[in-house]
Amino acid sequence: MSRPSSEAQYLARLVPPSVAATGINRRALLRGALGGATLLGATSLLAACGSGGGSGSVPADGALTIGSSASDAVPKKALADVVAGFKEPGITPRINTVEHEAFQENINNYLQGSPDDVFTWFAGFRMQFFAARGLAGDISDVWQNVTGMTEALKKQSTGEDGKQYFIPSTYYPWAVYYRPSVWAEKGYTAPKTLDEYVALGEKMKQDGLVPIAFADKDGWPAMGTFDQLNLRINGYDFHVGLMAGKESWDTPQVKNVFDTWRRLLPLHQPDSLGREWQEAAQAIQQKKAGMMVFGMFIGEQFNEGADREDLDFFPFPEVDSRIGTDAIEAPIDGYMMSARPKNEPGAKKFLSYLSSPAAQDVQVKANPTVVATNSAATTTGYSALQKKAIEYVASAKSIAQFMDRDTRPDFASTVMIPAIQQFISNPNDIDGLVKSIESQKKTIFTG
Amino acid sequence: MTTQQTAPPKAGAAATAPAGRVNRRVRRLTGLDLVVVSLMVAIPTLAVLVLVWFPAVASVLLSFTNWDGVGSIGDIDWIGGTNYVNVATNYPPFWPALQHNIIWFAVLFLFATPVGMFFAVLLDKEIRFTRFYQTAIYLPVVLSLALTGFVWQLLYSRDQGLINGLLGTQIDWYGDPNYNLWAAIVATCWKHIGYIMLLYLAGLKAVDASLREAASIDGANERQTFFRIVFPVMRPINVIVLVITVIESLRAFDLVWVINKGRNGLELIAALVTANVVGEASRIGFGSAMATIMLAISSVFVAIYVTIVTREERQS
Amino acid sequence: MTAVLETPPGTTGGSLLPTKHRPGPRRILLHVFLALASLGFLFPLVWAVLNSFRDYEYTAIHGYVSFGGFTLDNYAEAWVRGDFGLHFWNSLIITVPAVLITLLLASCMGFVLSRFSFRFNTTLLAVFLAANLLPPQALLIPIYRMFRSAEVPYWLSDSGTLLNTHLGVIAVNVAFQLGFCTFVLSNYMRTIPREIYESARVDGASVTRQFLQLTLPLCRPPLAALATLQVTWVYNEFFWATVLLQSGDKYPITSSLNNLRGEYFTDYNLLSAGSVLIMLPVLLIFFLLQRQFVAGLTLGATKG
Repeated sequence: MSRPSSEAQYLARLVPPSVAATGINRRALLRGALGGATLLGATSLLAACGSGGGSGSVPADGALTIGSSASDAVPKKALADVVAGFKEPGITPRINTVEHEAFQENINNYLQGSPDDVFTWFAGFRMQFFAARGLAGDISDVWQNVTGMTEALKKQSTGEDGKQYFIPSTYYPWAVYYRPSVWAEKGYTAPKTLDEYVALGEKMKQDGLVPIAFADKDGWPAMGTFDQLNLRINGYDFHVGLMAGKESWDTPQVKNVFDTWRRLLPLHQPDSLGREWQEAAQAIQQKKAGMMVFGMFIGEQFNEGADREDLDFFPFPEVDSRIGTDAIEAPIDGYMMSARPKNEPGAKKFLSYLSSPAAQDVQVKANPTVVATNSAATTTGYSALQKKAIEYVASAKSIAQFMDRDTRPDFASTVMIPAIQQFISNPNDIDGLVKSIESQKKTIFTG
Repeated sequence: MTTQQTAPPKAGAAATAPAGRVNRRVRRLTGLDLVVVSLMVAIPTLAVLVLVWFPAVASVLLSFTNWDGVGSIGDIDWIGGTNYVNVATNYPPFWPALQHNIIWFAVLFLFATPVGMFFAVLLDKEIRFTRFYQTAIYLPVVLSLALTGFVWQLLYSRDQGLINGLLGTQIDWYGDPNYNLWAAIVATCWKHIGYIMLLYLAGLKAVDASLREAASIDGANERQTFFRIVFPVMRPINVIVLVITVIESLRAFDLVWVINKGRNGLELIAALVTANVVGEASRIGFGSAMATIMLAISSVFVAIYVTIVTREERQS
Repeated sequence: MTAVLETPPGTTGGSLLPTKHRPGPRRILLHVFLALASLGFLFPLVWAVLNSFRDYEYTAIHGYVSFGGFTLDNYAEAWVRGDFGLHFWNSLIITVPAVLITLLLASCMGFVLSRFSFRFNTTLLAVFLAANLLPPQALLIPIYRMFRSAEVPYWLSDSGTLLNTHLGVIAVNVAFQLGFCTFVLSNYMRTIPREIYESARVDGASVTRQFLQLTLPLCRPPLAALATLQVTWVYNEFFWATVLLQSGDKYPITSSLNNLRGEYFTDYNLLSAGSVLIMLPVLLIFFLLQRQFVAGLTLGATKG
């Protein structure tokens, strides 16, 4: 059942961690107001420049390029369908797909080089980081005509300067995923607490299953496990402060997270550092593994139809009853415009289309492992899993994005990826690990 | 950055000294000829200076800044040697990477090089099928290192690889940090041995045949001839092979990058530099500090190499 | 490899020692050893080729240490899914100009270095040669920024800069390969007898004519060998293309490997088919022009 009201509630809680942590300070508000006041003047000025300048003009053939990191089969087709549904005379969109890891790793150079007019990206700090460096195009005017997006979503799309730089498209929750058919056969029930979780894992081991499918070759999937544990053990506020560089890593709280994880590691699929997440997901799909801490896009590795319907999730179990389980992760994916698009009018029309329920319906239909952000999107065709995802997110009290979206990209990629991989291969030196993370953090969060 | 991109040494550097040259002075040139000659020198020189030497110097300068790669170069803050201090004391992957580079070099030099030399000695003889043998051993040299990584993955894969299939093991050769460096080095050796064999084959051909003849007349056996006569004569090529091996070990990149971006047991300096300057991270100053360390190490050996191969110019 | 390139024109290979042996047990042992070693070296390639013809479903069930399930489908699928037509074309339009320009510039430079002597002769050669050996990662950022700010006409680049253009990749490849080619060519050209130039000069031939009509024709052997080597090297180049090109549709085939992995990471048979397709051009060149390689090895490397 679709419940727009509860979805709106969900979206209302989607406050960017950076904003939630500091509150919107007066300077940002002031800047926002100033931005609004000068908007009209600025656009007319831009228009004047545009007609004369070479790069501001629209390509004669109406070409509109879209840089896409959707290289896996399911999302790739989804974007192709969305673009096919964009029928605007005089604009010919073309998708440039780059393998998603490569796209993300290269984003900095990509945006400074010759980026496509529109490109796929993520909400939150990871968007603001590039917006603040002048690498993203201001699309506040597109937002003026956007309907069906909550104020919270708009905040997630807003840079530090109060302007909008992002069009949300879809989101998906992180949780523990499993196949109900396997669980029914073995008589498993979803664990509520960490102890039950461990007990279930031990039982799966006895039943010849790999308890927790696990992969971290690409460095980011294991961040999800850290986030879940940190949210359960230390709560949302600490997590957000840690990601923002405000809390120290060399603390009993963080050590506790790694220590708990260390106790769980024997239940994880071994040799995870050489495995890509798709292979781990297939261990679930092939019923070789019992469960996996992952995002809902795990479903991409399932075959359409009955196979994919045999997929469910439960919230990561409670670790500390004082903290509970009402903080979750539900990252938002969407689109941005580059700072100097070759076809700005086309890009804005296209972005406006992307925010529409029509486009999001097409996207979600082709990729049923995500949920549309627009509250007017049709939810009647949603699978049971998608409906559950909406409810799950709506019932959460606070929502984080994901480690590599909630913290600085340089910290996430050059410090946290090696650190977590180091932990996985040698989980015994937690003191040394957090000390090293903290001392590296200080060289990066200098501002 | 592949083995092939190193200039193979002049095989018979010592053996083929050019005949004495009479000075051919530029000053004889006049008019159009002078213009043409100037252009012939200027264009290639400019290309090399602008696209290789200037960036090298710029990298060294950037290593003393904290630039994050965004915005104009004018906004850069100079922070002295801070990056170097951080690389050495506050970046856990650095020392393992350096160690891996050294292991990489040691295996290539102590294993692949003697094996390549051994094949060269065997195949230098006039035996049947030598063309086939040479071709087989040399064949991997024409493949890219990136492709080498893929081809070997078919043997190394944990669940689908041949090695585990035959041994009945479940080792993740590319993923397990206890093994993956060695797995990658084996794949590199596969290419490197053929390359070394080529160099020595050329070197052996350059050894004066009369030397061996004399040795065999004196009753020396093959082994004695090789170690007492042939090997010493090939001294220049030995040094060049050493230098090339050092440089290739330092530049090793493609293979680990396609395997796992040089993480988790496969850290190499070149991969760390790339991860810091190319990735979403963009720690340009920090990455450049590591690049400068690479430059410093390689320049010592580049200098040795250039000295050897251009020595004869100076003599002539 | 370079031995041939130092052969003066007109000289033939030195006589090889006649070392005919009667096949004794030692000789047979040697052949067995060499045959095994050769097979060992060929094996990874043979394995890739073999599996590229096998059905994934079959090997998934029977394991790879089995026989059967042969098919051609992997090739068709790899070609389409990997967009090989496009990427091969990209490789072509990077490799051919890069090799031609490299050889032209290297010939010019080598000609001047060998034909005339001036004070900085050796220094220049050293500058070129050393450039060949520097670690490319160390030069990445400055080159990247240079390309980004280098404005070129829009008909050359849809971004207006050298970044994300094949032109930029060609330029870097040329600069990096120049050192080696210049070195080889100048060594070869130095063996051209001075008298030839003297008589040409007496006949009033300009430097340009000497270069075009005397030197270049005489340099056909090293040029052919270098062209063969350079084609494989530039074709195999991975790093620059990967970092300087940003649109997936501009990648040459070697760099598109990584994209392919994302496409079919677990279907190793498909991956094999893709790998075989990628190595096909270099193998073809290798076998067709092996004479160039082998000649480089064996032709008259002995002194005299």
